Amino acid sequence: MLDDVSLSLDAGEAMLLTGPNGAGKSTLLRVLAGLRRPDGGALLWDGVPIAEDRTAHATRVAYLGHQDALKPSLSVVENLHLFARAGGGDMTAALKAVDLLPLADLPARLLSAGQKRRAALARVLLAQAPLWLLDEPSLGLDANAIVLLGEAIARHRAAGGVVIATTHVPLPLEDVRHLALPGAPDPADRWWDEQSSALSSSDHEGASA
Amino acid sequence: MMSLFWAVVFRDLRLALRHGADTLGAVLFFILTGTLFPLALGPSPDLLRHMAPGIIWVCALLAALLPLDRLFGAELEDGSLDQLLLLGLPPALVALAKITAHWLTTGLPLLIAAVPLAIMLGLPTATLPILLAGLLLGSMVLSLVGGMGASIVLGARRGGVLLPLLVLPLITPALIFGAAAIDAARTGLPWGPDLELLGAFLAGALPLCPLAAGAGLRAAVE
Repeated sequence: MLDDVSLSLDAGEAMLLTGPNGAGKSTLLRVLAGLRRPDGGALLWDGVPIAEDRTAHATRVAYLGHQDALKPSLSVVENLHLFARAGGGDMTAALKAVDLLPLADLPARLLSAGQKRRAALARVLLAQAPLWLLDEPSLGLDANAIVLLGEAIARHRAAGGVVIATTHVPLPLEDVRHLALPGAPDPADRWWDEQSSALSSSDHEGASA
Repeated sequence: MMSLFWAVVFRDLRLALRHGADTLGAVLFFILTGTLFPLALGPSPDLLRHMAPGIIWVCALLAALLPLDRLFGAELEDGSLDQLLLLGLPPALVALAKITAHWLTTGLPLLIAAVPLAIMLGLPTATLPILLAGLLLGSMVLSLVGGMGASIVLGARRGGVLLPLLVLPLITPALIFGAAAIDAARTGLPWGPDLELLGAFLAGALPLCPLAAGAGLRAAVE
């Protein structure tokens, strides 16, 4: 599905993956997370192939998938407890960052779609992993929450973290690189061209049909 | 790493508590099917006493199979499996944690429920410890082999149908030795060897099944 794509990021960098539905954005993210084995090619972290130890790679990754992965019967805190334990993040700070603190003890089944998305984002914060892989992080978020998402990503990058996100809508990110995956031209991606004057580095962009 | 392992176990226990009906379902199924036998076979105490070990073991195996289908299936469907595999635990330990939780929420209650069922079927009270020792080992083996089976059929359509077909043949040795141990105890023969063979089965399944289950989980999220 996805051929001849190459990318590399340094600490503090962010990259947006865009492309039409079915272009392979989510697949690429799952490969980067080590959840899926690439059919060919290599994936290096600090020069070491991640296939050597996928469990070690898992500790470097915070992955936000299409699904929010929340158990309806557990409260927000109970849902996130395991991941706070694994990543060592501070629960209160993470919930505050996504403005979920007042709803912390509510069962996840009572949350709206956007609130569930914010809980899933809190899990990304709790993982305290250097590499954030976000699959359409703004899905279902209101304008206020998108601002919070932008702030969280900015803090993460300032601390030396790397962010790779797929998106169909503009995200409030500064100095971001862009990788358009091959596929039919998508008019929805035009917003990028209008903003691309700020684009500085295009050396690692690689995409072909 | 072990604290993280237990955190996964406790998460599953908490989930099982919240879904009490699902958890109790297996035990109720066990007791109900067990009580059907006297009704179907007639109230002959001799016949029931003779068949009790087999009835208890077969009912326990079938009851423990019930929640296996959802053991990993629910995690795969809501995306939690991705997150569990990204915890930083080896997949085999994630699988073993879920298998442990399955045993604690299914195997252990079945063990307790087996006592009234055994008394009802007229099994001599002297054989109860043997029954429990055998079921203790056997239910652990079933959780391990069942967890392996559940992870292998994960993502397959009709996985729920495939699962018993895969697990039941593998578990037959445990059934044979477990029921034979009670029979031996009832007739005054040595029951030690049967339990030892059951223990050997468990010793083999304990390291191998989580490894296979972990590989199954990895394959399921690909």
